[in-house]
Amino acid sequence: MSRVVVDVVLKPEISDPQGQAVLGALGRLGHDSIRSVRQGKHFVLEVDGTPDEAELKQIAETLLANPVIEDVELHLTKD
Amino acid sequence: MRIGVLTFPGSLDDVDAARAVRLAGGAPVPLWHGDHDLKDVDAVVLPGGFSYGDYLRAGAIAARSPLMQDVVTAARQGLPVLGICNGFQVLCEAGLLPGALTRNSHLHFRNRDQVLQVERADTAWTADYAAGQRIVIPVKNGEGRYVGSPADLDRLEGENRVVFRYVDGNPNGSSRDIAGVASENGRVVGLMPHPEHAVEDLTGPSTDGLGFFTSILKAVVNA
Repeated sequence: MSRVVVDVVLKPEISDPQGQAVLGALGRLGHDSIRSVRQGKHFVLEVDGTPDEAELKQIAETLLANPVIEDVELHLTKD
Repeated sequence: MRIGVLTFPGSLDDVDAARAVRLAGGAPVPLWHGDHDLKDVDAVVLPGGFSYGDYLRAGAIAARSPLMQDVVTAARQGLPVLGICNGFQVLCEAGLLPGALTRNSHLHFRNRDQVLQVERADTAWTADYAAGQRIVIPVKNGEGRYVGSPADLDRLEGENRVVFRYVDGNPNGSSRDIAGVASENGRVVGLMPHPEHAVEDLTGPSTDGLGFFTSILKAVVNA
């Protein structure tokens, strides 16, 4: 079995009010060195057999992420 | 005239949408997301709510449901579709309308009566309004901020596909005050505010929303 990790983040030009709220909280906690926070999603897929990279790319780009607003990164690891 | 109202798990406003269709003089037809049967309807309304609990992204999973696949095919052949709130999110996720709806810029759920300017009175769902007319209908969302790349927004404006804009305050931070947009052929319309909640004096801030449902009945008759 293989494990595939998919990270999804908002594109740089799309504002991220949730990340900004986290940044505000960090400032209130005294973490003044943190300059920016972008919040995203992290998916872990367990795949039978050898993963089909093209199929996974399609899954990531058509369902896990919305390409209008989000960028996606695939990470394949073999057990 | 048979106007389908599509219910997903987590839809909230399907009953109000069906009631609005009836008050306008149409016959509402309940449709179920898991079927592959459009029941010979003349148009479809995708109602508001939180389909699939807004899991993944608002509207993302509903957009891939069995009946939505049929709606996408039929819409590409001219079937009129109106997406309200969550229904608008579903239409964007399904690729029938451009752009995306994201978390409100102020992070709060915003629920109020909202003034809109009608920018397009020549779509299948807005013919009973006048261009430039202002209407008041409720808005209620947490993820209603309309976004797109600047190039996509320029193209949308260039093609005159913004149907409604927020006036007297933008409730969610939407780009260019966009409240609703249309497909190229003007038969698919999506908006965040709720016309189906403004069809009776007793319960709504106005009856300004009724025009959506009277417009589509005329569009269907004339088709």
